[in-house]
Amino acid sequence: MVSPLAIVLFFFLVLPIVMILVVSFWRATEFSIIPAFEFENYEFLFGSPVTYTVFINTFKYAILTWVFTFLIGFTVAYYLAFHIRTQTWQIALFLLCTIPFWTSNIIRMISWIPFLGRNGIANSTLISWGVIDEPLEWLLFSDFSVVLAFVHIYTLFMVVPIFNTMMRIDKSLIEAARDGGASGAQILWNVILPLTKPGIMIGTIFVVTLVMGDFFTVRIMSGSQSANVGRLISNDISLLQYPSASATAVVLLLTVLITIGILLRFVNIRKEL
Amino acid sequence: MTRYTKRNGLSRRTLLKTGVAAAAGTLAAPMVWAQSNIVLRQAGTGVSAFNEIAAKAFDDLGITMEMTALDSDSVTQRVATQPDSFDIADIEYWICKKVWPTGNLQAMDTSKIANYDKIAGTFRSGKLTPTSEIAQGTAPHTVGFTSGANGTDFVQEESGWMTLIPTIYNADTLGIRPDLIGRPISKWSELLNPEFKGKASILDISSIGIMDMAMVVESMGEYKYPDKGNMTKEEIDLTLGIFTEAKKNGQFRAFWKSFDESVNLMASGEVVIQSMWSPAITAVRSQGIPCVYQPLEEGYRSWGGGMGLAASLEGAKLDAAYEYINWYLSGWVGGFLMRQGYYSAVPETSKLFMSDDEWGFWYEGKESQGDIVSPSGSTLEGPGAVRDGGSFIDRMGAVACWNSVMDENQYMVRKWNEFIAA
Repeated sequence: MVSPLAIVLFFFLVLPIVMILVVSFWRATEFSIIPAFEFENYEFLFGSPVTYTVFINTFKYAILTWVFTFLIGFTVAYYLAFHIRTQTWQIALFLLCTIPFWTSNIIRMISWIPFLGRNGIANSTLISWGVIDEPLEWLLFSDFSVVLAFVHIYTLFMVVPIFNTMMRIDKSLIEAARDGGASGAQILWNVILPLTKPGIMIGTIFVVTLVMGDFFTVRIMSGSQSANVGRLISNDISLLQYPSASATAVVLLLTVLITIGILLRFVNIRKEL
Repeated sequence: MTRYTKRNGLSRRTLLKTGVAAAAGTLAAPMVWAQSNIVLRQAGTGVSAFNEIAAKAFDDLGITMEMTALDSDSVTQRVATQPDSFDIADIEYWICKKVWPTGNLQAMDTSKIANYDKIAGTFRSGKLTPTSEIAQGTAPHTVGFTSGANGTDFVQEESGWMTLIPTIYNADTLGIRPDLIGRPISKWSELLNPEFKGKASILDISSIGIMDMAMVVESMGEYKYPDKGNMTKEEIDLTLGIFTEAKKNGQFRAFWKSFDESVNLMASGEVVIQSMWSPAITAVRSQGIPCVYQPLEEGYRSWGGGMGLAASLEGAKLDAAYEYINWYLSGWVGGFLMRQGYYSAVPETSKLFMSDDEWGFWYEGKESQGDIVSPSGSTLEGPGAVRDGGSFIDRMGAVACWNSVMDENQYMVRKWNEFIAA
């Protein structure tokens, strides 16, 4: 008997992906899509220099976001796991981290716009402090604001799995390291970091896949000026170019799968969990 | 989605009253549809999906209108791919050029349209006045008629079968912040003037944006299009090339896709010159921020909207749809829309529903005598104000091009995508 999970996965995961793959070979006109088997969509995709720029952009956002979410996420998790002594406080502070998630992603993102704008709070504060004379233009509608919004939205996806694996580290290992004469930095580097690798990897997969698949944050925070692959797809869809959108989606899917494949070479999550 | 309904029991008396009043007015006696509970689903661009119109339609006709407001691309998508999801499509003429061949809309018999003869010439012969020139682009009359009841083609003469019934239209130009610019602006080319580096914006809807770009390119003296409404691949490359270079030089602060984005960009001072729509100017001004819809030497880029009937409409619902359209053209809606700064397809009926001062200000371009108030009740102008660009004939007579769908549209769309991603 086929297990229920397999049925669910078949209908809601495998089938749609197969559909996308099939449609990616179709042809489109302004108002209709025509079943066919052509490589035209892929030819155009790989033939356009913009595709490469956009994929590089997508990786750039993913890597930058990963660096910052990792640094912040690891620090927060480390603080919660090793500096807060009582479990009650650990849980309380952990819940505090989730509070921003009570509002919608989009609202959290858009609220940056008036803050970072030319006449926004950030610029007027800096000017009144005398730090700058002219408003900083790059605060908004730039790569900076895109990455800022990503970091803001996705850091928690790093905190949770890292915190989780840190909590499982046997405290006696750290005591043993200290008794053996290791410094704080050495303990962090040689004991804690290797043991939290699975958590880091899970967080990384979350952040990288979410950022690579996003289109809305990039559109809003860059003022429609930058594009990642998600935006390329959403533009195609809005212009009824489903086959071309599908082709881009297939390439993106493969790219993300390869990225995750490489990441998993570093850590065997299943073994370490 | 907004929806207006009223319990029938409560409103029957008002229905009768307004029904009688309307019968005594301009229309032939309208049927009152309340008992049969006719519901019509209207999907359209945000510009004309007003609750007030739905409410008034219910009061006057007893038809419940369910209005769905979408952006231009989404409406196109819906009309092309989900023909059963709407009864009336309120779309623009360039969208019509895209979706009409799908057969998802049905032709309208002009003999059933009471005010057909009074519809502005722009939508019938293409000429506003007998002497005016036809602007470039997808001019409404070129996609306004089809060959017969089941036609999926376009014909260039008044065939008696209309694809869309024109509802509203306007002449668009650049919006500016005069307080932040501090000098007169008179040409489209100012959009790419390095003086406004990082403070300009253009809209990210390809069919409309490309026309704004063409106006700018011509104004800069870079190129003179034989027909900017139907560019060749080379012309598309040239146009987008100029703008891609400007984008890379940091000319643009942002691009906008929805009405409110354009309002926010302008009101916050992020942008001082950009493509804009007339009610967006009104929205910025109603925040007390100076904003001008600047008439430019090269003329306007115009657009027109109209209502098309879903192919699946039949029987009582089809009759109700005709009733609704006749009511739409009979004046009240026109007056309502004219007060927002749009033009109505049948201007003369709207006049009956506007005060002389309103008519003078909005249509004739005369100086206002008293306060000019928007339909929502906020004062837009005091006495002594004149509309940007002047009268209807001045503005619509200076249209240089219409929003367009070109033969090379697919190529253009792909290039547009590249421009956004560049």
